[in-house]
Amino acid sequence: MSVRAAVPEVPGRPGPGVPAEGGEVRVTGTTWAMAARVFAENRLAIAGVVFVVMVFLFCFLGPLLYRTNQINTDIANITQPPSPAHLLGTDNVGYDLLGRLMVGGQTSLEIGLTAAILATTFGVLWGAIAGFIGGWLDQLMMRIVDSMLAIPTLFLLLVLAAMFVPSLPMLVFIVALVAWLTPARLIRGETLSLRTREYVDAVRVMGGTDARIVVRHIIPNTIGTIMVNATFQVADAIIVIASLSFLGLGVPPPATNWGGMLSDGVGYTFAGYWWLVYPAGLLIVLTVVAFNLIGDAMRDAFEVRLQKR
Amino acid sequence: MLAFLVRRLLQSLAVIFGVTVITFVLTRMLPGGVARAILGPRASPAEIAAFNHENGFDLPGWQQYLFYVQQLLHGNLGFSYRLNESVGGLLGDHLPKTVLLLGVATLIALGVAIPLGVLQAVRRNRVEDYFFTSVSFALYSMPAFWIALILIQIFASPPLNLLAPIGPQGPISTYLEPDQLTALILPVASLALVTIALFSRYMRSSMLDNLVMDYVRTARAKGVSNAGVLYRHVLRNALIPIVTLLGLSLPGIFGGALITEAIFNYPGMGFLFWDSARTRDYPVLLGVTFVVAVATVVGNLLADLFYAVVDPRVRIAE
Repeated sequence: MSVRAAVPEVPGRPGPGVPAEGGEVRVTGTTWAMAARVFAENRLAIAGVVFVVMVFLFCFLGPLLYRTNQINTDIANITQPPSPAHLLGTDNVGYDLLGRLMVGGQTSLEIGLTAAILATTFGVLWGAIAGFIGGWLDQLMMRIVDSMLAIPTLFLLLVLAAMFVPSLPMLVFIVALVAWLTPARLIRGETLSLRTREYVDAVRVMGGTDARIVVRHIIPNTIGTIMVNATFQVADAIIVIASLSFLGLGVPPPATNWGGMLSDGVGYTFAGYWWLVYPAGLLIVLTVVAFNLIGDAMRDAFEVRLQKR
Repeated sequence: MLAFLVRRLLQSLAVIFGVTVITFVLTRMLPGGVARAILGPRASPAEIAAFNHENGFDLPGWQQYLFYVQQLLHGNLGFSYRLNESVGGLLGDHLPKTVLLLGVATLIALGVAIPLGVLQAVRRNRVEDYFFTSVSFALYSMPAFWIALILIQIFASPPLNLLAPIGPQGPISTYLEPDQLTALILPVASLALVTIALFSRYMRSSMLDNLVMDYVRTARAKGVSNAGVLYRHVLRNALIPIVTLLGLSLPGIFGGALITEAIFNYPGMGFLFWDSARTRDYPVLLGVTFVVAVATVVGNLLADLFYAVVDPRVRIAE
């Protein structure tokens, strides 16, 4: 596929390669180059990217440099304040807190990313197929989405988490099961307008199948929406997992996540054990803010209009 | 307008039908089936078979579904074996309290978020705007339970000790008594804070969208004062999307209520739901899920209809 075909056209604004009013041709580079330029100008977004990279290094490389025992509890050393032996102290069963933040962060990020990828892939395919084929199938597929959307996320998640023992893969699955609805709706909406484009007719004239049109032409043209939504989904998933942990239906020990650490820690607020509360809480907030900033900037860069946010 | 109304009504009915299918399928997906969930792990196979026969669970799936829908249409949402009360009866106690909590919190949130959004839009890219945008961004990115717990830590513990850390526990008729009223402050405040963060972001961008519209230039050209343009023209148009937002964010607000009620032991529907999730009380879980879903659908429908009434473009575009 040529690069030019991937340029999404913004209504009311001629895209590159499209003759503008008056006949002059404006070519300013590919979508990606333009998007990258707009994105790079957003200092907050760059800060977000830097922070996310640092968090990933902290969670996945950190344990190699700062070795702690995250399997066995250490009852003799519980709720120790920060000291040279335990840089951020220990928690209520004696785990080193800094090490625990790394391990818990791995879980939070893994769930967030995997759920976002799963949900986005499925939601995009669902929405593109429904929008492209249209008719009664579209009605049926979108009423299914609407029905699931009618059940508030947290309620559906709690029912599912109560029914199935929440192991890590199960949690990812449950979160994704609820999260695919938004991309499905968004992509369906875009597909409705994209399927009437001339290049779709062109592919058809050249003998391209429906599957080829959807996978090679419709979906690549919605890439902006997809990426923006996926970014927000990572942020949402981290919060959702935290809320589930607080409600008592998170990952079972000895595994943990930031949300679980925070909700365990807040029980000790009044004992003055600040290190059990604020490091985990701040990491959640800052990571979610970072992903939201990146998402906002990408939305500006790709000029995506989402119904939400 | 009538065609629009009929189409939206039919769509909503289809969605509610879809919800019944989902809750039905969820019941059938219970590990070990409904009988195992209700009779417990020690029930003998004979007891389970008897229970299944008595409740029609040995019938074909479609017959069971029809029976389920028939029960729903008669207002029978299920029976909690744990609390020995019908789900409908339980909701009668808990639902009004949640409606009260949601209603008050949402009204307060609107009352704060709308002026805040206007202020941010008018003073855009100045100190005030940056400040409030950052605050709402941070609140928006915080787990709701942490916000509530920070409020408890500030207002309901030493040294301030101003408010109660648990919500009112009496029947709803006693809520106007002074101690019950003060107990209501923190649950309402923590739910409202999260909602304000969301609404003010929207209000700001909705105002900004409208400020660049042609009608603003026209009004200015006709000599309307700045305040006149802002309040008579821009604000009125900027409020329209907020109505849709209100409908769209209903599921989110329900979720927020669940967390708030769980933290403050506020005996509303969310608390009932949470309690049932921990004790695996499936009839209550599914009954409440159905009610919440219907409430969401009705809320969205009302928002859409209101939108169509105030903004004729919607009807024409449909």
